[in-house]
Amino acid sequence: MDLLNALVAFLNFVVIPAASYGAQLAVGALGVTLIFGILRFSNFAWGDTMAFGTMVVILFTWLFQSLGISIAPLPTALLALPFSIVITSALLLGTDRVVYRFYRKQKAKPIILVIVSAGVMFVMNGLVRIVIGTEEQNFADGGRFLISAGDFKAWTGLAEGLAIKGTTAVTMVTALLTMSALFWFLQKTRTGKSMRAFSDNEDLALLSGINPDRVVQVTWVIAAALAVIAGTLYGLDKSFRPFIYFSLLLPIFASAVVGGLGSPMGAVAGGFVVAFSEIVVTYAWKKVITYIVPQTWAPDSLMQLLSTDYKFAVSFSILIIVLLFMPNGLFNKGK
Amino acid sequence: MNTRAIYLFAGVGMLYVLTGLLLSWNVSLNILILGLLSAIMALGVNMQWGYAGLFSTGIVGSIALGGLAVVFISGNPVPQAFAAGGWQVIFGLAVAVAGIAAAVAAWTYMAPGRLRNLAVAAILIGGFFLYRAIFDPAVERIEAFDPATYGNVGGFGLNSIWAWPVGGLFAAVAAWAIGKIALGLREDYLAIATLGIAEIVITAIKSEDWMSRGVKNLVGLPRPWPVPYEVDMQADPGFLAFCANWGLNPTTTSTLAVKGIYIVMFAIVLGVLIWLLQRALNSPWGRMMRAIRDNEVSAAAMGKDVKRQHLIIFILGAAVVGMSGAMYVSMLGQLVPGEYTPLRFTFLIWIMVIVGGSGNNWGSVLGGLLVGWLWLIVDNAGPLVMSAATAGMADGALKSHLVDVAPQLRLLTLGVALLLVLRFSPRGLLPEK
Amino acid sequence: MPDPFLIGEAMTGGYGATDILHDCTIAVEKGQIAVIVGPNGAGKSTAMKAVFGMLNLRGGRVRLNGEDITKLSPQDRVARGMAFVPQTHNIFTSMTVEENLEMGAFLRRDDIKPALEQVYHLFPILKTKRTQPAGELSGGQRQQVAVGRALMTQPQVLMLDEPTAGVSPIVMDELFDRIIEVARSGISILMVEQNARQALNIADKGYVLVQGANRYTDTGANLLADPDVRRSFLGG
Repeated sequence: MDLLNALVAFLNFVVIPAASYGAQLAVGALGVTLIFGILRFSNFAWGDTMAFGTMVVILFTWLFQSLGISIAPLPTALLALPFSIVITSALLLGTDRVVYRFYRKQKAKPIILVIVSAGVMFVMNGLVRIVIGTEEQNFADGGRFLISAGDFKAWTGLAEGLAIKGTTAVTMVTALLTMSALFWFLQKTRTGKSMRAFSDNEDLALLSGINPDRVVQVTWVIAAALAVIAGTLYGLDKSFRPFIYFSLLLPIFASAVVGGLGSPMGAVAGGFVVAFSEIVVTYAWKKVITYIVPQTWAPDSLMQLLSTDYKFAVSFSILIIVLLFMPNGLFNKGK
Repeated sequence: MNTRAIYLFAGVGMLYVLTGLLLSWNVSLNILILGLLSAIMALGVNMQWGYAGLFSTGIVGSIALGGLAVVFISGNPVPQAFAAGGWQVIFGLAVAVAGIAAAVAAWTYMAPGRLRNLAVAAILIGGFFLYRAIFDPAVERIEAFDPATYGNVGGFGLNSIWAWPVGGLFAAVAAWAIGKIALGLREDYLAIATLGIAEIVITAIKSEDWMSRGVKNLVGLPRPWPVPYEVDMQADPGFLAFCANWGLNPTTTSTLAVKGIYIVMFAIVLGVLIWLLQRALNSPWGRMMRAIRDNEVSAAAMGKDVKRQHLIIFILGAAVVGMSGAMYVSMLGQLVPGEYTPLRFTFLIWIMVIVGGSGNNWGSVLGGLLVGWLWLIVDNAGPLVMSAATAGMADGALKSHLVDVAPQLRLLTLGVALLLVLRFSPRGLLPEK
Repeated sequence: MPDPFLIGEAMTGGYGATDILHDCTIAVEKGQIAVIVGPNGAGKSTAMKAVFGMLNLRGGRVRLNGEDITKLSPQDRVARGMAFVPQTHNIFTSMTVEENLEMGAFLRRDDIKPALEQVYHLFPILKTKRTQPAGELSGGQRQQVAVGRALMTQPQVLMLDEPTAGVSPIVMDELFDRIIEVARSGISILMVEQNARQALNIADKGYVLVQGANRYTDTGANLLADPDVRRSFLGG
C-alpha cells in the first residue's frame, strides 16, 4: 500500500488533465449557452467558430514568431488572442448581419436557426480549410513544463511523478480570468444585466427599453472572445486540426445542457462534470489501484471502464441522462 | 411533376451529359451512381424533416450502420474466429441489452424514490461489469485469430443484396432507441442527441475490430446480385464476341456495363421508394402526418398520438437511409470507417433535402442528383480547374497550397448555397405543393 | 374641451386579419385612474395593447399630451413616458428584486437612487427582499416588483393589465391602495381589471367594453350606480 504515490498518480493522470480539459470545455460551453440564452438556438457552427478563431491566433503567432516577438515563457499565442478576438468578432457580427438577423426579425422557429447555423458551419469550415489546410498545426511555444515529472520525483523522492505542463497552467489561469471577467460583466455592469434580462424575458426587456440589437451584438462579441479563447487553449494543450474542433461540439453541447442551456454558471459546472466523467471513465486505473491494494491483489487488466476511443460516448450518456431526468439541467431551478 | 420540375431535371441531366462528354463517361456514371444513392438518402431524411419536421444530425450513423450490415451478411465467414468467441460475443451483447431492459423496467415499474434510483444504478453498473466480463475475453480471442487477414468474427457470406434490407433494419433499431429517448424533447435536443449517437456508431465501427476490422478496413465484400465482375465479363467469350461485333473495347465496355447495371438497380429502388412515398403521402396517413407537422398542438387536440407518429416516421426515414448505406458499401465492396464524416454524410444530405425542396420527394431526388454532382465533380475536375487558374502563377508555396485546398472550396460553396436557398427560396427548388 | 392626457381614439384593429377592436376610444386624464372592464373576450387587454402600440391599428389615433404617437413602437413610447405592466411574465424571475427595478430604469442615464427609494417607499417589502431572485417571491410580491419595475422609468402614464389576477383579496386591496397612491403623485393610470366592482370603486373614469367597442363610458361611481351596468356586468 502506497497511498501517497497513488494520490500523486491520481492527480497527475486524472485531476490535472480533467481540470484543464474541463476549463476548456467550460469556456466553450459558456459561448453556446450565451448564444442559446440570447439568440435562442443551438449553434451548430460553434465548433467551427472556435476553429476559425484558433486559426487566426495561429496565423498571428506565426507572424509574431517571424518578427521575433515573444513573451516567453508564455506562449506567443496569448499575445495573438486580442487580434483574433477582433477579427472573429467582425466575422460573427457580419454573419449576424447577413444571415441570422433576417430570421430573428421573422421570429423563425429555433430549428430553422439550427439549420441556418449548419450552413454557417459549412462556410466557416471551408474558410478554415482553405486558409490553413486540413493538416495538424502545433503552435504551442513557450515553457514546456511548470513542474516536470523528473523534478517532482527528485524533490519528493516518490516513484510517481507529477507534471504540470506549461499549457495546463496557461489554460487554468486564462480560463479563470475569462470566467471571472464574464461573470463580473454579467452581474455588475448595466449591459451585462440587460443581457441577463433579455435572456430571462425578452418581451419585458423590450418594455423596459432594452435595445435588442445592441444586446445581440454584445453577445456575438463575447461569444467570439469565448470561441477564440476556448479554441486556443484547447489547441495549445493538444493540437489544432479543423476536424477535431467540429467534434468538440458534442462535449461542449453536453456541458451546456448539463448545466441547463442558457445558464452561464451551469455551463462552467457542466464543463467540469463532462471532463471529469470522460477522464474517470476512460482512464486505466491499474496504476492507481496497484498502489492502493496489497500487492497480491494487484489487477492484471488495465482497469479501464471504456477505451479512450469512446470518450464521446461519455458526453453522450451524460447528455441523455440529463435530458431524460433533468431537462432543465442540473443547476437550473425550474423556470 | 410540373414543367418547372421537368426543366430542372433536364438541366441536371445535362450536367451529367456534359461531364460524360468533357471528362469521361466513366466519371459521369460514377457520379450518377452516387447521386442516386444520395437521392435515396435524401428521401429518407425528407421523410423525417419534410413530413414530420424532425431535424436529425445522425444521418451518418444510419448510413454507417447500413454499411455494417453488409459486413455481417456478406463478409467471408471466419469459422475459427467465430468458434473462438462468436457465441460468447453475442451472449455478451445480449446481457448488455437485457441489463438496459431490466433497468428500464425497474424505472418504469418501481415506485419513485431512493430505492428505485439505487436499483437502476445497481442494475446498470452490475450489468456493465457482467457484460465486460463476458464480452472482453471473447473479443480478445476473435481478434487474435490471424489479425493480418481477419481478426474479425466474420459474416454469413451471403449475397450482399440481402444486406440492403438488413441495413435498413439496423438503422431502424438504432432510430427506435434514440427516438424513444429524444423525441418529444425540444427540437434542438433531438439534433444534439442524434449528433451524439452517430458519433458513437462511427467510433464503434472504427474501433471494434472484431466486427469490421476497424480502421484496417474490411475489403473483398461481394457485389450484390446480379452485378458481374469486369474480369469475368472480359473472360466471357460471348461478351468478347459481342464487343468485337460492335467494335467496342471490352475493358471500357465491361466497366461501363457494370456501372450501368448499378444505375438501373439503384434507380429501381429509388423509383419504388418514390412510388410508395407518394402513395403514402396522399393516403389518410400522409394527410395526418402533414397535419401533425403543420400544427402539432391542434393535431394532438384532435386525438392524434403525435409522439408515436413521430417515432414511426423517424424509424422509417432512418431505415431508408440505412438501406442506402448498405447499398453503398455493397457497391464499394469494402467498409472504410474513415469515410463516415458528419460533414459528408449528414450535413451534405441536409443540403440536398433543403436545396431540393423540403417535403417534396422529387425535390429530394433533384437535390441528391444536383448536390451530389457538385460535391463529386470537384474531386474530379477541381484540381484541373485550379491548376488552370493558377497556371500563370510562379511555382511556389502559395500555388501548391491553392491546388491542395481546391476541394475545400466546395464546403464554402455549398454552405453559401444552403444559406441562399434558406433565405431567398426556403421551400427549395421544387417546393412542396 | 381640451384633449385628455392620453387618448386612444376610435381605434380599429387586431392581431391578424380579423379586427378585435371596433372604433374603440380609451382615455385618461393627468393623475387620474381609468379602468377598462367588460366580459371575457371583450378586447379589454387588446384595447390597452393598442394604446401601447403592441398591435397594428387599421383606424384611429393615439395621442399623448397632444402629440400623435400612433406610429411609435412600444419601446419609443416607453421613452416618451409610458410604462406597461403585462398580465403575466411581468418580472425577470432569475434576477434579484433590485436588478428588476434597475432594468426598469434602463433607459435612464441619471442617478436612479431616488426612483429606487420611491419604489421601496411605496412597496416596503421589496426593500427587505431586494437581493432575492424575484422568481422566489409570492404572487402579490411579484406584482409589486412588476409595478415597481414600471415605475422606475418615472413614467407619466402607467398601464396595468389585470394587476390583481391570481392574488388574494387582501393583497388586491393593498395593491389598489398603492395604485391610488401612485395616481396621487401625478401619474395617470390606465388599467384593465377582471374584478370590475372593486376597480370601478377607485376609478375616476370607467370604460365598459363589449366585443371590442365602447358600451358604457362614465365616472367609476356613475357606472357602479347604473342599474344596466350592475345587472349586465357586475352581477346585480
